[in-house]
Amino acid sequence: MHAAGALARPARDGGGALMEPFIRPIAIGVMIFIVFNALIMASAVLVLAERKIMGFMQQRYGPYLVGPHGMLQPIADILKLIFKEELRPKGADKWLFTLAPVVSVVAAFVAFATVPYGAETTLFGLLDEPIKLGISDVNVGVLVVFAVTSMGVYGIVLAGWSSNSKYSLFGGLRASAQMISYELSYATALAAVILLAGSLSLREIVDSQQGTWFGALPQWFLFLQPIGFIIYVIAGVAETNRAPFDFPEAEQELVAGYNTEYSSVRFALFPQAEYINMVTMSAVATDLYLGGWHFPGVPPEYGWIVFLAKVSMFLFVYIWMRWTVPRYRYDQLMMFGWKYLFPASVLNLIATAALVLYFNA
Amino acid sequence: MPETITFYLFAALAVGASVLVIAQRNPMYSVLLLIASFGALSGLYIQLDAPFVAVAQIIIYAGAIMVLFLFVVMLLNAPKEDGADWDRTHPLRQRGVTRWGTLLVALLIVQLASALMSVREYRNPVGAQSDATSVSSVADLGRSIFTRHTFAFEATSILILVAMVGAVVLARREDAQ
Repeated sequence: MHAAGALARPARDGGGALMEPFIRPIAIGVMIFIVFNALIMASAVLVLAERKIMGFMQQRYGPYLVGPHGMLQPIADILKLIFKEELRPKGADKWLFTLAPVVSVVAAFVAFATVPYGAETTLFGLLDEPIKLGISDVNVGVLVVFAVTSMGVYGIVLAGWSSNSKYSLFGGLRASAQMISYELSYATALAAVILLAGSLSLREIVDSQQGTWFGALPQWFLFLQPIGFIIYVIAGVAETNRAPFDFPEAEQELVAGYNTEYSSVRFALFPQAEYINMVTMSAVATDLYLGGWHFPGVPPEYGWIVFLAKVSMFLFVYIWMRWTVPRYRYDQLMMFGWKYLFPASVLNLIATAALVLYFNA
Repeated sequence: MPETITFYLFAALAVGASVLVIAQRNPMYSVLLLIASFGALSGLYIQLDAPFVAVAQIIIYAGAIMVLFLFVVMLLNAPKEDGADWDRTHPLRQRGVTRWGTLLVALLIVQLASALMSVREYRNPVGAQSDATSVSSVADLGRSIFTRHTFAFEATSILILVAMVGAVVLARREDAQ
């Protein structure tokens, strides 16, 4: 790649401005392609990681038969799912039954569109103006991510309703109640970070976390918003319907919850959406609280590696939580969301607002 | 030219979906079409250079309020609305209810009229992002909502609440008998 840059450089002196309009759209297209495929791959890798980590935590090997150390298990899973028969219950609503998995997976993909994942790059000198790593940079980026992820609930609710099955319906009802309850705390935690950064753009929020305090402690919002961070993580787990908040698909009570009646690829889209949402949630948490691609001592060109490392760490914590914390009872979930988490997030927001006002005045 | 095409596209989507909302017999489909209509409206807001309003539209209406509506429709499990057997003992037919309803309709009309009167005062609509940065424009928006437009803002929230109570009363009519 460096060689390619060196080759392109002499041409740039004469016709750099000429090359630019062609390279930029291609670069953006390549970025979209990479992110899209990385998200698809992420769900496959996460399935394997989840089973392997679960095995480790329960003192067994996990999947071990397909490929070396069971590393090709996701491929076997995907092939099996594709070749299953697609079933639709007799009383199901034909249109909504088909629409539901599509809605959830589209919302999951679109949510990542405004998440930045690295600093600027000139593609080794190929471009005069540096290009930002991130598909699109919207000045209300935080809100766009929040808006699109909140649309994902329709997939689950519609799946639950259109299946014409009582277990599915209960799963869908639980999903909508749970998401309404936890979205509030989630948004309030976000608002505190927005107040601190003074911007709604994810890139500006990340860039306001540059530098260190006392030369050692990185200036991450994690240290200014410890309560907000905890609220964000809890609400994020509830929003993605992961254990210990996986009520929409609680096996012991609801068979499989909202996706009971689904099979084959239509079924596969639901866990895929869940894993992509996990990645988005972790990426946004990294951008908001963990300083994104900034790390003391790491040059910005390697920022995306730092970002990837932080997101992977976050995803590991997600999986770790699932296999160590038992599921709540449903009324406990509602009580916790409304009586503890939401008041805590409001107090956090008021305190943050007061401090920001005090220090800015 | 592309602006005109997208404007007509979003406008047609918004109007078409809104008409279908009331033409539908299945309340579940009505809710979904209303979400589509909100999505088209938010597209129009983006075209007006007001991304904050557009995203707020999605978060508040499509993301929160419509989930609540969907939840209520699913809980009540009303498969079809039938206007034929509309009986006189219905809770909404009582005199007090009608009076309050008339009052609220009057409130809505006053609100719409005041909104239409104040349209001309603004050459540059609040929230337009032509020169201001995003946060200052959000601040402007907040300031104008909570000072100039407090009446409309609060009145709208009451109207929405009343409409929701009305929907619950309508759907529960079989239990009332």
